[in-house]
Amino acid sequence: MTDATLYALAACALIGLGVFGLIASADPLRKILAFNIVGTGVFLLAGAIARRGAGAGFEADPVLMALLITGIVVAFSATALAVALLVRLSVVAGDVSLAEVLPADDDE
Amino acid sequence: MSTSSGLLLVASVLVPFVGMMVALVLGGRHARLVAATVAVAELGTALTTVHAVMQAPQRYLLGGWVPPLGVALRADALSAGMMLVVAVVIVGIVLYAWRDFATPDAEERRAPLMFWLLLLAVSGSLNLIFVSGDLFTLYVGLELLTFAGVPLVCLDGKGDTLRAALRYLLFALVGSLLYLLGAVLAYGAFGTLDIPLVATAAEPGLLGWTILALMTVGLLAKTALFPLHIWLPPAHAGAPPAASAVLSALVVKGSWFLVVRLWFDTFPGVATVDAAQLLGGLGTAAIIVGSVVALCQKRLKLLVAYSTIAQIGYLFLMFPLGVGFGGDVLTAGFLQAAAHATAKAGMFMAAGLIYAGFGHDRIAELGGAAKALPVTVLAFGVAGLALMGVVPSGAYVAKKLMLNAADAHAQWWWTWVLQGGAVFTAGYVVLVLGTALRRTETSAVLIRPVSRLAEFAALGLALASLVLGLAALSPTLPAGLVKNPLALSELLPTFLVVAGGVVLAMGLARRPPFGAAGAAWRKPLRALGSGFEAADSMLRRWHVAALSILALTAAFGGMLGA
Repeated sequence: MTDATLYALAACALIGLGVFGLIASADPLRKILAFNIVGTGVFLLAGAIARRGAGAGFEADPVLMALLITGIVVAFSATALAVALLVRLSVVAGDVSLAEVLPADDDE
Repeated sequence: MSTSSGLLLVASVLVPFVGMMVALVLGGRHARLVAATVAVAELGTALTTVHAVMQAPQRYLLGGWVPPLGVALRADALSAGMMLVVAVVIVGIVLYAWRDFATPDAEERRAPLMFWLLLLAVSGSLNLIFVSGDLFTLYVGLELLTFAGVPLVCLDGKGDTLRAALRYLLFALVGSLLYLLGAVLAYGAFGTLDIPLVATAAEPGLLGWTILALMTVGLLAKTALFPLHIWLPPAHAGAPPAASAVLSALVVKGSWFLVVRLWFDTFPGVATVDAAQLLGGLGTAAIIVGSVVALCQKRLKLLVAYSTIAQIGYLFLMFPLGVGFGGDVLTAGFLQAAAHATAKAGMFMAAGLIYAGFGHDRIAELGGAAKALPVTVLAFGVAGLALMGVVPSGAYVAKKLMLNAADAHAQWWWTWVLQGGAVFTAGYVVLVLGTALRRTETSAVLIRPVSRLAEFAALGLALASLVLGLAALSPTLPAGLVKNPLALSELLPTFLVVAGGVVLAMGLARRPPFGAAGAAWRKPLRALGSGFEAADSMLRRWHVAALSILALTAAFGGMLGA
């Protein structure tokens, strides 16, 4: 087994774990963490593909590395935004459950 | 080589973001002016781009590097058209929000500044999505659009809207991950992310099916196509009206546009007619469930939010009629998106004015609203007619083109969906207008005057959607598409649609517009409505929606491979 295959399998495991967390956990903070685990899995997969497609004299395919860095920045911003919303929600509302609340009905 | 007008594409993306930074530095007092200036500049850029694209498709190579190593920006007729639609709607929204989000001299508040900054960000990210020629740049554009859209939901900073924003963000992020996974796999498979190069390299096979299924479902989650509409009703109904108009008219179009790019331009060899039937089927389900639940709502803003779900469904009817066939269906899809963007923005604006004017938006208590706010109710009505697709609206021409395609490809079932869908739209237009025009003992009382400018902005956008039908005169469409719009054969369907709408409104609404609330024949229809509402709230639970994503991915993969 090449190291690229090993990394790709590890990536699949991470994605699987993260997707399970996204579906099963009710707590928004856990969902944010699960999002990051899936994201890490996707980035690891990109790394494995970059390694596999490396040109002669290169450690890895530089195009994918560039995409990877951009992807990490985007995922970081997404996490920051989600956590900021979560903190604000806990300050304003006191609880952070995401249970459905439609605008209040005041008749009937 | 970049084309002669290629720099326009750079400007269309760069100008809003530069404007955003300038507005941030100048602060709340000047943000409004900066946004208005940028909106006008963007309208000019979009018009010039449309003019240039009519001669030849435009291209700009960033840094002069040729794909696959470099990144290209491209504009064809579809992207230039969408840029123009967005520019027009943004100008309308700037006018509408001019007074709502003004910064008084006494104090600077955060919400107005943020609104104008986010509006600019939405405009720039949408343009980036329209001109990107590369799947990864598109990912960045999509994320920018989400990051700009989410805070618009919670501008008022209250608990409920923060919760709606967080739900929206988390669900949209699941969609982004699926898209990103597809993009990474595509690079691994084809060694490039440039759309024309991928189109030549992609072949049907396990990898191709997986990539297209992952990317499509990820985008559907962001577009809120049924049954992935978990986040849309609370987010769109809770936001301030100007923000709802941005979210409903513009933001959902970004990911829809990308699905079109993928199925028509990027993976034409992988996408199949069978799999496109699934997209059309989801669209049909969206039309039925979205419209029935809309009719059952008590609040006008929620009614409009649920009707957005139905209209998103319409946008996906182009896939079964166009994928693998080509023809005018792409034009029809564009016309539909343009008609919906303008009319929906106008409708949300009118609903917002009704809320602002009367201090509530309970549909049952809007009797006499037309007398107090004639221009606003007129705007709502015109927007409703445009969405129904009556002569001479843009949606009418789009429907004509799609009906022709359904005949040509012998897919008669879509004829039924296209004609029947309008009945549902007619239902809630009849409900609202019937109530607003009714004279009641307790007429709705205007508690606050509304801005004239805002009323006419809403009416202007609704009228723009109505006159889009003039596109039928364009030489690029088949001649004789609309022979005589006043012929009996054209008027009869319109009459049937309105009559069907009256029946639906009378049967499903909590309080029917023309009395007969206790009629026995309403019982089964009301029970049906409650059933749809229960199904909707079940599908919008997090676990169910997350599992739906997985199931749909598998279904698309299977259909593509079948």
